[in-house]
Amino acid sequence: MTELTLVQAVNRGLQEAMRQDPDVLILGEDVGVNGGVFRATEGLQKEFGPGRVIDTPLSETGIVGTAIGMALYGLKPVAEIQFLDFIYPAFDQIVSELAKFRYRSGGQFPCHVVVRAPYGGGIKGGLYHSQSTEAYFAHTAGLKVAIPSTPADAKGLLLTAVHDEDPVIFLEPKRIYRAVTGEVPDGDHRVPFGKARLVREGSDVSIFAYGAMVPTATDAAATLALEGISAEIIDLRTLVPLDERAVIASVEKTGRAVIVHEAARFCGFGGELAAILAEKAFYSLKAPIARVTGYDTPFPYSLEHVYLPNTDRVAQAARTTVRAG
Amino acid sequence: MTEAAHAARSHETSRSPSAEFPKGRRLEAYRWMVLARVMDERCLSLQRQGRIGFYAPLSGQEAAQVGAAFAMQPEDWIFPAYREVAVALVRGVPLRSVFDQLVGNASDRSKGRQMPNHFAFSEIRFVSASSPIGTQITQAVGASMAIQRRKDRIATIAFFGDGATSSNDFHAGLNFAGVFRTPTIFFCQNNQWAISLPRERQTRSATLAEKAAAYGFPGVVVDGNDVAAVYRTVREARERALAGDGPTLIEAQVYRFGPHSTSDDPRRYREDSQVQAARQRDPIALLKATLVQDRVLDEAADSKIWEEARAEVAEALAGAEKEPLPDVASVFEDVFAALTPRLEEQRDEALGMHGGHRP
Repeated sequence: MTELTLVQAVNRGLQEAMRQDPDVLILGEDVGVNGGVFRATEGLQKEFGPGRVIDTPLSETGIVGTAIGMALYGLKPVAEIQFLDFIYPAFDQIVSELAKFRYRSGGQFPCHVVVRAPYGGGIKGGLYHSQSTEAYFAHTAGLKVAIPSTPADAKGLLLTAVHDEDPVIFLEPKRIYRAVTGEVPDGDHRVPFGKARLVREGSDVSIFAYGAMVPTATDAAATLALEGISAEIIDLRTLVPLDERAVIASVEKTGRAVIVHEAARFCGFGGELAAILAEKAFYSLKAPIARVTGYDTPFPYSLEHVYLPNTDRVAQAARTTVRAG
Repeated sequence: MTEAAHAARSHETSRSPSAEFPKGRRLEAYRWMVLARVMDERCLSLQRQGRIGFYAPLSGQEAAQVGAAFAMQPEDWIFPAYREVAVALVRGVPLRSVFDQLVGNASDRSKGRQMPNHFAFSEIRFVSASSPIGTQITQAVGASMAIQRRKDRIATIAFFGDGATSSNDFHAGLNFAGVFRTPTIFFCQNNQWAISLPRERQTRSATLAEKAAAYGFPGVVVDGNDVAAVYRTVREARERALAGDGPTLIEAQVYRFGPHSTSDDPRRYREDSQVQAARQRDPIALLKATLVQDRVLDEAADSKIWEEARAEVAEALAGAEKEPLPDVASVFEDVFAALTPRLEEQRDEALGMHGGHRP
C-alpha cells in the first residue's frame, strides 16, 4: 500500500500496465517530455522511451484514429485527451469507429482502446475546461465508461480498462486529482467493471454519485447524519456497464433516491438512473426521485460555484425526499 | 512546374525495375477487372429489383483497384472505403462471401450488420469499412505506427476518394504520417465526383497529390485507367515504405462512370457527354487493347471471360440469396466481447417478440 493522490494513482496504474505488457503504449498531447499537463504521465517516457509514450501533433482525431489503427494491429494504446472538453474532434472516431468496430465487423476486428480524459468543474476552468459530458459516451453502444472517485479506484479501474477487451472511456475527476489522498495497493490492483462501491451504508435515502461528486455526497451524508437522516452513498464507478442490481437493491432498502452529477440535468446520466428506478423499483419508492446536477446551461466561469452541485444542495435534496414520504 | 509535377518527375527518376507490372499477370488482372465490372452491373439491377438494399458502384475504377491490389503483399493491411470490392476479390475473398455481405445473410462475415459495400475480411487483412468519410486514413497511419513498433516488414494502404481529401482525418492522418514517417500508402482514387460535387469544387489545389508537399512527403499523380502504371506507382511507394523512407500520397485519376450510389441520379449534376468522353478511356477497354495487340487475348477468349464472370456472379448471388437471415439473438452480440446484463435482458425481449431464430 502507498498513500497517493488520485493523479499519482493514475500514473502508477499506467506504469504498472506498461511494465506488465510491452504492447501497452501511451499517446497524446504533451504526454511525453512534459509528462502531461496534469502530470498523469510524468516519468513514463523516461522509463519506457519515446516509442511507448508518444507526443503527438495537436489533433484529437489523429490521436484516437491512430490509436484505433494500433489496436486493430494488436497493440494496447492508451490515448490521452488533454481535457474532455477537447474530445470532440475525435468524436467521429470514438462514436462511429471505436465503438462500432467489433460489432460492424461481426467480431472480426475487435478494437480495444482506452481513451483517458480529465473531466469536470471546480478548477475555475470556464466553459472549455470544466464540462462533464459522460452521457454522450454512455449513450453510445459499444463503449464502456469508467469514472473513479478515489486513488485506489483510479489505479484499479484503469488497470481493468487496459486489460479489458472493449473500448473504454476513462474519465478522471480533475477537481480531486490532488484534493484527496488514499491508500493504493501496490502492483497489479484491479477493480472490476460493473460493480458499484458502497461508500456509506444508510437506511433513509440512497444517494448515487460518481467521480468528484462522491466526496460531495459523502460530506452531505455526514451533515444529514447530524440531523438524524441516514444516507446511503453508492459510487457507481462505471456507468457502462452499470451495476443496476446495486442501484435497485439500495432503493428497495431506503425507498428514496437522490442522484448527483455535475453534468447538465436534461438527458444527463441521472435521467437514465431515474428511469431504471421507475421501471424496476417503482413500488419501493416512498418519494419522488431527486436529481442534483449542473444546470441546463453552458458551464459558467465566475459563478461555477452556483452551477456545481455542492454539499448543501445534496443535503437539501435528501431532506426533501425524506420529508416527502 | 507545379509541385505535383515536380514530385511526379522525381518519382519517375527513382523508377525501380522490380516495380514493373509482371507481363504474365496482365490477363489475370483483366479477368478481375471484368469480374468487378460484371458484378457492378448486376448489383445495380439487383438494387432496383429490391433484392439488395444499396450499392456503390466502382465502374471506371477497376484498373486503379486491381493495380493497387496486385502491388500489395498478402501480409499488408488494407484500410478500404466502401467502394473497394475489387481489392477484396484480388486478395482472395470468394465472390460468394461478397454476395453474402451484399445480401446481409447468416453467412455474412459481418453478420448482416452493415449496409452493402461495407466489407470486413480479417483473413485478408481488409479492415472493416464504415460510411463516414476519411476515418480510415488515421487508422491506417496508426496501424503503420504499430508496424514500426513491431519492426514488421510490411506496409498499410488507405483507400479513399477525392471528397475525403477535404476531411479532418485526411489532414490529421497525412500529418501524423509525415511526422512519424510511417510505412503508409495513401491511395486516393480521384473519380472526379463526391456525390454531386466536382473535383474542382473540392479544392483549389491543381492536383490532390500536391497536398503531400505540405506534409513533407511525395505525392504522385498516376493514370488510374492504366493498371500497369498504377501497379508500378503503388509498388514503388511500398518499396519506399519498407525502406524506411516514409509515406506516399498517390492520386489515381479515374472517372466514376456510374452514380455515387444507387441513391442518386447523376443526371442532376453532370452532363452525359462528360461520362461518354470518360468512357473513351475505359480501363477495361484499354487493357484489352494491349492484350489483343500483344496477342495474349482474342475476341473469342474475351467473350469467354465475360461469360465466365457472368456465370460466377449468378452462382454467387443464387447461393447467397438462399441463405437465411442471421439469428435474432445475433443483434446483441459483439457490442462488447461479452453480453452485459442489460443486453441479455433486451435480447430476451427481442426473442420473445420475434420468436426462435428468425423473424
